[in-house]
Amino acid sequence: MTAADIEAGATAPLSEAGNPIGFGRMLRKEDARFLRGQGHYLDDIQLPGMLYGAILRSPMAHARITSIDTSAAEAHPKVKAVITGAVLETLGLAWMPTLSNDVQAVLATDKVRFQGQEVAFVIAEDRYAARDALELIEVDYEPLDPVVDARRALDEGAPVIRDDLEGKTDNHIFDWESGDAALCDEVFAKADVVVAQDVLYPRSHPAPLETCGSLAHMDKVTGKLTAWITSQAPHAHRTVYALVAGLPEHKIQVISPDIGGGFGNKVPIYPGYVLAVVGSIVTGKPVKWMEDRSENLMSTGFARDYHMHGEIAATREGKILGLRVKVIADHGAFNASANPTKYPAGFFNIFTGSYDLEAAHCQVTGVYSNKAPGGVAYACSFRITEAVYLVERMVDVLAQELDRDPADLRKANLLRPEQFPYVTKTGWEYDSGDYLRTMELALDLAGYEGLRAEQAEKRARGELMGIGISFFTEGVGAGPRKHMDILGLGMADGCELRVHPTGKAVVRLSVQTQGQGHETTFAQIVSSQLGIPPEDIEVVHGDTDQTPFGLGTYGSRSTPVSGAAAAVVAQRVRDKARIVAAAALECSPDDLEWEHGRWYVKGDPSQGKTIQEIALLAHSSLELPEGVEGHLDATAVYNPPNLTYPYGAYICVVDVDKGTGQVHVRRFVAVDDCGPRINPMIVEGQIHGGLADGVGMALMQAIAFDEDGNCLGGSFMDYLLPTSMECPSWELGETVTPSPHHPLGVKGVGESATVGSPAAVVNAVIDALAPYGVRHVDMPLTPAQVWLAMQGRPARTDLAIS
Amino acid sequence: MQVTMTVNGDEVTRDIEPRLLLVHFVRDHLGLTGTHWGCDTSNCGACVLWMDGEPVKSCTVLAAMAHGRSIRTVEDLDSGGELDPVQQGFMQCHGLQCGFCTPGMLMTTRRLLDDNPDPSEAEIREAISGQICRCTGYENIVNSVRWAAEHRDGAVAADDEAMSQTAPATDEEVSA
Amino acid sequence: MLNVQTPAPFEYERAGSVDDALALLERHGPEARLVAGGHSLLPMMKLRLARPEVLIDINDLTDLSYIRLDGSAIAIGAMTRHAELLDSPLLAEHYAIFRDAERVIADPIVRNRGTIGGSFCQADPSEDLAAVGSALGAELVVRSAEGTRTVPAREFHTGPYETAVGDGEILTEIRVPVRPGAGSAYEKVERRAGDWAIAAAGAFVALDGDTVGDVGVGLTAVGAAHFCAPRAEDALRGQPPTDENLAAAAQLAGEDCNPSADQRGPADYKRHLAQELTLRALRRSVARARGEGA
Repeated sequence: MTAADIEAGATAPLSEAGNPIGFGRMLRKEDARFLRGQGHYLDDIQLPGMLYGAILRSPMAHARITSIDTSAAEAHPKVKAVITGAVLETLGLAWMPTLSNDVQAVLATDKVRFQGQEVAFVIAEDRYAARDALELIEVDYEPLDPVVDARRALDEGAPVIRDDLEGKTDNHIFDWESGDAALCDEVFAKADVVVAQDVLYPRSHPAPLETCGSLAHMDKVTGKLTAWITSQAPHAHRTVYALVAGLPEHKIQVISPDIGGGFGNKVPIYPGYVLAVVGSIVTGKPVKWMEDRSENLMSTGFARDYHMHGEIAATREGKILGLRVKVIADHGAFNASANPTKYPAGFFNIFTGSYDLEAAHCQVTGVYSNKAPGGVAYACSFRITEAVYLVERMVDVLAQELDRDPADLRKANLLRPEQFPYVTKTGWEYDSGDYLRTMELALDLAGYEGLRAEQAEKRARGELMGIGISFFTEGVGAGPRKHMDILGLGMADGCELRVHPTGKAVVRLSVQTQGQGHETTFAQIVSSQLGIPPEDIEVVHGDTDQTPFGLGTYGSRSTPVSGAAAAVVAQRVRDKARIVAAAALECSPDDLEWEHGRWYVKGDPSQGKTIQEIALLAHSSLELPEGVEGHLDATAVYNPPNLTYPYGAYICVVDVDKGTGQVHVRRFVAVDDCGPRINPMIVEGQIHGGLADGVGMALMQAIAFDEDGNCLGGSFMDYLLPTSMECPSWELGETVTPSPHHPLGVKGVGESATVGSPAAVVNAVIDALAPYGVRHVDMPLTPAQVWLAMQGRPARTDLAIS
Repeated sequence: MQVTMTVNGDEVTRDIEPRLLLVHFVRDHLGLTGTHWGCDTSNCGACVLWMDGEPVKSCTVLAAMAHGRSIRTVEDLDSGGELDPVQQGFMQCHGLQCGFCTPGMLMTTRRLLDDNPDPSEAEIREAISGQICRCTGYENIVNSVRWAAEHRDGAVAADDEAMSQTAPATDEEVSA
Repeated sequence: MLNVQTPAPFEYERAGSVDDALALLERHGPEARLVAGGHSLLPMMKLRLARPEVLIDINDLTDLSYIRLDGSAIAIGAMTRHAELLDSPLLAEHYAIFRDAERVIADPIVRNRGTIGGSFCQADPSEDLAAVGSALGAELVVRSAEGTRTVPAREFHTGPYETAVGDGEILTEIRVPVRPGAGSAYEKVERRAGDWAIAAAGAFVALDGDTVGDVGVGLTAVGAAHFCAPRAEDALRGQPPTDENLAAAAQLAGEDCNPSADQRGPADYKRHLAQELTLRALRRSVARARGEGA
């Protein structure tokens, strides 16, 4: 298949096994093992002599450690070692760098700074004994006042959390701005209408079903560290281990086995990973550490926690002129966000959304609080979730102010196809789009006018029904090396492809699947370029000894970056195959044409060689032109010229029980444009999962803290995730607008629905509450929060309910 | 203490601590790692297996309580390499992504179909309501179980379509 | 905070009969606990909030698994699983409240293990069956070596996680009086399927011609004493079941509860729900008593 074929929507021919040779619906290769319970997740791995680690965690949010007594734990017959911060200090490992140029305690030495922070590490013969020993460690704490409310973190006299940082006298982390403040002032001054709204995107947690863990084995003889880690970014992890622990990088092998969901939770490096390594060095044995669910929710990478103040300016006729926003960003006790270096607020400054504005400006202030670190996690595309939520709420607030239908108002302001490539007022260059077409399709699928008529009837009867719209523009595939790096590592991805003599192939990726189906999709990408059936292409990933360097799977970057790398490497193999075929056919490479996995002589299709024939010839004694080496393989490093910008229009329909505040999501229509779909079945699955995230985020998923800094979402009884009962049957549609700069035109889709859907649900609920004059309510819209909103007194959802 | 039970048709006897959870017994002591663990609090359902023919959450059952009883895990679902229709359904309808919830979902829905061979969408949703999936948004799990209900003998009755690695798009999908 | 998620060590015993269980309780004293389904106790043990020295497994007491008519009462064995309560045609025929409640208790898999006896004895302040038992005026049969005694549901719970079952005693049966023609219903608001109630109300109404002959109202998760609302019942008894009267009774139910705020909601919201759900449960009970609606 050529890119033109793909863009034209050509159907791939089928292989003998019935798979598309290229793009198309194909059942997943990886399913065979998962369906039989034969996946290999981290906790499934057992090594001879393996020991188990467990972490003692702080019960307090902010306290000085006055003493730690580990003697009783050490005396436990099954305990092999107990490691404290003091022990780590002697190794220079008590603190580690974060991905945002801060440091984070591996084990607390001076203070604990959030509830659940790592205080000591026990290594024992079995997992129960390790946890028994935790009870035997005595820690004396001197409680300190915690900083719980992010909005008061910078108050005069607020407790200073990071007194470990020299000269630190407040809880300020950074100020960052984007856009043109002065131009915004002008535009706002002349606008007919300006509306302001405080909007909270509360702290949530990605909560993959498999928690985080690590199994480390330091071989004393070879000096090689093998670390199995639940990592979305095995190469980045290896490099950071080398930098942190001073181990030579070639002696570190990071293996990311089957991963039970990531969603961003498995990007950062956690103290537990480091402790497993230290434990193995100390004991000389393999050490496994696996979080329990509370540890996962209370200590590993949270998401969001953005306190936003938005202002939108428009003409009386509804032309949106400007948008500005001020943000207090709660980063927790350590700034451990996994952002590209130049983007301390991630890509939040894409908050102008899908609209043509005259001016925009944002100012983000990062603050420390006595909460777990993290900040960029949970399928957020580097904080585009927050950005989309903000702009799509503000547009609805404006629609209410202007008494305009929210669909009409959006249609009047969406970017037009002829405006692409479009440079936003904060500097993003959107690659392609036909937004209005996507919007119209969503409205058609939803039967929008009929829904509004039904709503009017219901309102007349006193029933509460709401229709919510969200139009989002994503920015994924980070990213261009000159702009984007993490800890100095540029965000380009390698890829290697080798075609074996019999025409079967192996492709080695730098990215690592957590359920996205890479073993299938990447085989299809190579298949589309070489004509080799996807069942004949093995995809290797997740093992740093077996794969080329790259930054990993998050930010929906696998297809935009590594997918392009796979396409490029396959094209290089095809070019090499052309030379081999020309030598075999005794003609010039220029005389050959490519079709369906075969080079043939122009004008004489009978004279040609299939890719399989060429593979054998490439390994044979066939004489090749001067300078052409044998074999059939290639490598590539893909440095994306720009992000890709998938987008979509979502419509949610809810019913609200006015006696109880319960929200029922009745329908959800999602029209996505992510360019051509490599495997439509997998793409739809990705969207389904993200839509469930949107329902979860909007209705139930939030982690609040009480005034003492206790985490109120530390188990699945407290941190609620949507079940099959809260999710409607998703109604999907698609439009196809290829990316002009991606070799396959594809844009990536992994996080689109998570990014786009929460605003649709919230907008629907607030639309339902219109008879009560409700303009905004913060998520999650629990029955209590909806009832309070109807009373005109919605609660702060980041704090404990009182 | 010593426990003896039937696991996937074979009698097994092991010395264990009375406090050992059944999920750890099958995973760590028997090496049957298809049964997963996800939450500690019996909320997620990753650990569902059958005890005496009923799906139970094995993180909240002691191995000692299974003494003398019969356990069936996901490893026993296929027969001679041939996938059970419900397993085939999950493959055909993309009912799994990361695969972590899948064994529990399979064990629950196999039992549902044994009781109720033709469940409605609502009945399927209710049956899996105690099990969390973070990837699929449940849509394709429901479709998978419906597929299994419509292909009770699996691939044998599902003609070439089920044998092939491709299948037509399901009716629910709308495209423009 | 010690989230170790593994139980502390204990001794395990398995009882083969009620007498056996009583003997084991006698032998091991107050540090022994009975375990049935285990879905309340084991999570507490994993958090080490419960640390029994001996755990007595009573899952072999299958003779305590039954739902049957026994004279003028429905007798439910303490080891009857939630799934069996949900599926029981006998309960469905007499008391739709059981089916209403059981459909929203935990989830189908948990219901395969959890038992009615375990639910009562765990005595969680948000337990659904406690409200059902209080609404229906159930009686609980408790056995010890000395014999059996009967405790009214409204005296069974002596505080959060505390019951009238003493050391050396075992709950064996729950008895619900049959009230021919009565209608009953259960209404629960939860944050999500499978969650504990934010608030819930159960009711039965037996009509005597055009008036309410007998009525019971049970409440859970809202701090109602003994999981019931006696003033609401008194207000309705002997009155015609007009919407106005039902609403007045529901208001009393709301007034008489004592909810506390948590992440499920503030106290005033829960009080509002107690009233709203009592009203809904009464309305459905009346409709069912009249043979209307599901």
